[in-house]
Amino acid sequence: MELLTLTAQFEWILGKSNYWASTVLLLIGLHAMISKNNLIKKLIGMSIFQTGIILFYVSAGAKHGAQIPIVHYGHDSHESHDKAAHAAEHAADAGQQVAEAAAPAANHAADATHTLGETLYANPLPHVLMLTAIVVGVATLGLALAMVQKVYAAYGSIEEDEVLDAIADSTADSTADNTVDSTVDRTVKGTPEA
Amino acid sequence: MMDQMPTILMLAPFIGAVGLSLLAWRRPAAAMPVVFGALAITVLAAVLTLREVLANGTITYLLSGWDRLPERAEGMAVGIEYKIDAFNALVLVLIPAIALINALYLRTRLAVECAGKEILYAILYLLLVVGLCGMVITNDAFNLYVLLEISSLTSYALIGIGRRRAAHATFNYIMTGTIGASFFLLGVGYLYIQVGTLNIGDIHEALMASSELRGLASIKVAAMMIMAGLWLKMGLFPLHGWLPNAYRYAPTATGSLMAPLVTKVMVVVMLRMMVSLFGLDYLFAELNWRPVIVGIACVAILAGSFFALAQRDIRGMLCFLIVAEVGYMVGGAWLGNEAGITGAAYHVLSDACMTFCLFLAVAAIILRTGEHRLSAFRGAFRKMPVAMAAFTVGALSMVGLPPTCGFFSKWYLLIGGVEAGQWHYVACLLISSLVNAVLFFRIFEIALMKVEVEESGSFDVDALPEDPEDRWVRVPVGTIVAMIVAATAVLMIGLLNRPIASFIATWIGQAVEVAP
Repeated sequence: MELLTLTAQFEWILGKSNYWASTVLLLIGLHAMISKNNLIKKLIGMSIFQTGIILFYVSAGAKHGAQIPIVHYGHDSHESHDKAAHAAEHAADAGQQVAEAAAPAANHAADATHTLGETLYANPLPHVLMLTAIVVGVATLGLALAMVQKVYAAYGSIEEDEVLDAIADSTADSTADNTVDSTVDRTVKGTPEA
Repeated sequence: MMDQMPTILMLAPFIGAVGLSLLAWRRPAAAMPVVFGALAITVLAAVLTLREVLANGTITYLLSGWDRLPERAEGMAVGIEYKIDAFNALVLVLIPAIALINALYLRTRLAVECAGKEILYAILYLLLVVGLCGMVITNDAFNLYVLLEISSLTSYALIGIGRRRAAHATFNYIMTGTIGASFFLLGVGYLYIQVGTLNIGDIHEALMASSELRGLASIKVAAMMIMAGLWLKMGLFPLHGWLPNAYRYAPTATGSLMAPLVTKVMVVVMLRMMVSLFGLDYLFAELNWRPVIVGIACVAILAGSFFALAQRDIRGMLCFLIVAEVGYMVGGAWLGNEAGITGAAYHVLSDACMTFCLFLAVAAIILRTGEHRLSAFRGAFRKMPVAMAAFTVGALSMVGLPPTCGFFSKWYLLIGGVEAGQWHYVACLLISSLVNAVLFFRIFEIALMKVEVEESGSFDVDALPEDPEDRWVRVPVGTIVAMIVAATAVLMIGLLNRPIASFIATWIGQAVEVAP
């Protein structure tokens, strides 16, 4: 493995700052989810964790000086659409081809500030994917909050150790075999349950 | 019409769920007919799709007609693609079929266990089927994540609707499940950044085409993330913490739907990721993870079996058996030879059926006796012959005795283990089978003998209420039919071992180079 110069190391850290940021968020979130005792704090950790992933995707789709991927009227729409769907690694190559494809139609877009080849299109796909992921995250958070409410209603606490103690107590209280609960049809045994 | 079967299969339960939420909000009586109707259409569509696949090979279905780009743009997929091959098609029949049969049992329990929430439960039930079928059918990595989350969210709610202790179990499941799904999403993100497409087939081709791409560390990390996420979701041993409590405290009908399907569908997704996305070449020739993962699977098998032996709660025991079975399948898949993967895929089918059979029988026994402990089995053969017959079939299959499907899938797993020279895996499989035998024969002993059980004092079978019609009245007819069908399925999947194994062999395909 070759030795990196100091500047190259800075480049390596700063040039990928978005990935570092998302990794740090992921670790903060994971830490909170695993080590916090309070159920709500766990949920906050979960939200941070999901945000880290969203940042990862969105920043991967961002491109400096890129245009929104809307095809100008009169362009060879098929061609530019194809290219917009391309991966980041093909970006330079693809941009050049878009420029070529767009050249005959340049008079239609005379007011465009740059030539299309320089500006490029931002890849919209990661952002669209994250819209879905955000919706999923909201649904998960809502469901989890509802569960916290149920836990609080049942055990009067949202501190995990207290909840676990309460669960242990309630299991110890009920005499072994008679831990019959709502899943069992009361009418079967014909004895009223306490 | 025939062309549209893959979407009809997905849409029937979905429209059922949406229709229930819009039209029948205040009409609990509508819940079960809609569930039956939607699932029946799904099963029919799945069977027709299977027939089509058998006749004409793999079906590729482009959703809303988004065709692939022309060749000059590398032929990349634009929209979401469904892909149904031989193995998928089998699993696609299995999922709605189990849900439909389970609905026979659900029908009798819905009003008791979820009073006032019948419609909500039915909606979630149908959506879970959509999510599970979708994960199997889709050929798009991000779509797979979304459907994974749909099935997870519905299963959280289906568990959380249960008893008092269910809430905390569900909370733990949400935490673990979210971490798992997020890891999966992160892995897909790595792949997308490197390869530039989300279509599983396209990613596979890109990986096969460029050895430079295959050598990248980020692809390796993606594989790791995706596998770790799926293992969390399926409850592979050290990551199984959420599983037993979630299934034990859920409403009984949720338990008997999720226990057979959810972990197994995750195994299907893992197999597809291995075979169709990364490719066995890549996984076994370039990454040398086999010793580690088979080792983890061995620990999972032993731990699951012995924890099951330590349980006194019947459903808790079955939950730990699932943990052991997940170990079987993950280990088999990572043996890296054809027999191992065939065994894992076969075991998905057989384990789904036998777990279903056992959960139904146990639910019936618990309802009848009102006990959760092993002592519930006292005199059970006499009291409830059908439930015990189904239980026996499921139990023999778990132990792995010949006419049942458990024997054949375990056979392939054993052959795979021997061929790969993974003797510790073979040993763990055999030890686990023996532990299962001890486990179930202990129950048979309790069920057959007039013995003093545990601390509950002497017991006399003759003291039980003894009227012959009683057993039929108390176990509803629907449940009895469901148990009979499930037990028959366990036997049929065993007897049809040759065609099923050949389906799976076609799926793995001649093209796949198997690592030494």
